[in-house]
Amino acid sequence: MIGLPHYLAVAAILFTIGVLGIFVNRKNIIVILMSIELILLAVNINLVAFSVYLHDVTGQIFAMFVLTVAAAEAAVGLAILVTFFRNRGDIAVDDASVMKG
Amino acid sequence: MALQAIAFYLMAAVTLGSGLAVISSKNPVHSVLFLITAFFSAAGLFVLLGAEFLAMLLVVVYVGAVAVLFLFVVMMLDVDFADLRQGFARYLPIGLVVAGVLTVEMVTVAITVATQGAAAKNALPMAHGANLTNTETIGRVLYTDYVYFFQAAGLVLLVAMIGAIVLTLRHKPGVRRQNIGDQTARTPKSGMTIVKIAPGANIPEENAQ
Repeated sequence: MIGLPHYLAVAAILFTIGVLGIFVNRKNIIVILMSIELILLAVNINLVAFSVYLHDVTGQIFAMFVLTVAAAEAAVGLAILVTFFRNRGDIAVDDASVMKG
Repeated sequence: MALQAIAFYLMAAVTLGSGLAVISSKNPVHSVLFLITAFFSAAGLFVLLGAEFLAMLLVVVYVGAVAVLFLFVVMMLDVDFADLRQGFARYLPIGLVVAGVLTVEMVTVAITVATQGAAAKNALPMAHGANLTNTETIGRVLYTDYVYFFQAAGLVLLVAMIGAIVLTLRHKPGVRRQNIGDQTARTPKSGMTIVKIAPGANIPEENAQ
């Protein structure tokens, strides 16, 4: 029977896939942004699974807020990416040290 | 029950498989398409859990808006993506080590919490009230206890929208734009000059348009 551990395991593995994506695609910021989306999706699966099995709808509301923030983050991130591409002509981020931070 | 198990394993396998394809495919357009698949099957998992409203929200917001935004940007940028894959093999071993450790830790903690935590006593997922759907349940809590958070979420979206517009707006130099103030302030006196020209003479340089 499918229970809470199954959903949590799926969420944990998806989270790890997102982290691995950030590790291996160090140069490609588009894939890094997509990996962040995968991580947030894993968090959402966790929140919804706990919400359903704790019989408390608050987790689903938090998942909705996470969804909102993820959408805003994607929009602003891609806008920064477009501006970065206009200024430099490529999107290789590993040598983006203009600000010398 | 068996049907539910089949559906769960199918959705979970598709979610994880397309998640792996997102981070490993050579072409970012394929990555975006696999991201859409991952979100779609995650929405299927939400339906299996009984969170129908969030499932539909995931499809509308992610597949309909965020993924299309990604696709748009990937196709708009003229980048040599093969060049960006350098270092993939270099970081793969350490990435796999970290990922393996993370998976083992998180799955262990998750199973411990799920079998011994507060959720363990509810073996069955939440059943909705007799005449209360999932959307109604969410709405009743969202618009009462969390109404200020809801407003703040709207503000976050507004700020993100304005920020994205401001970041990507650009005034190209050398483009002649309509200036309505100048147009309405124009009078016959300022728009027209009468030049007396002697027969056979050239038009003076400053008046030649």
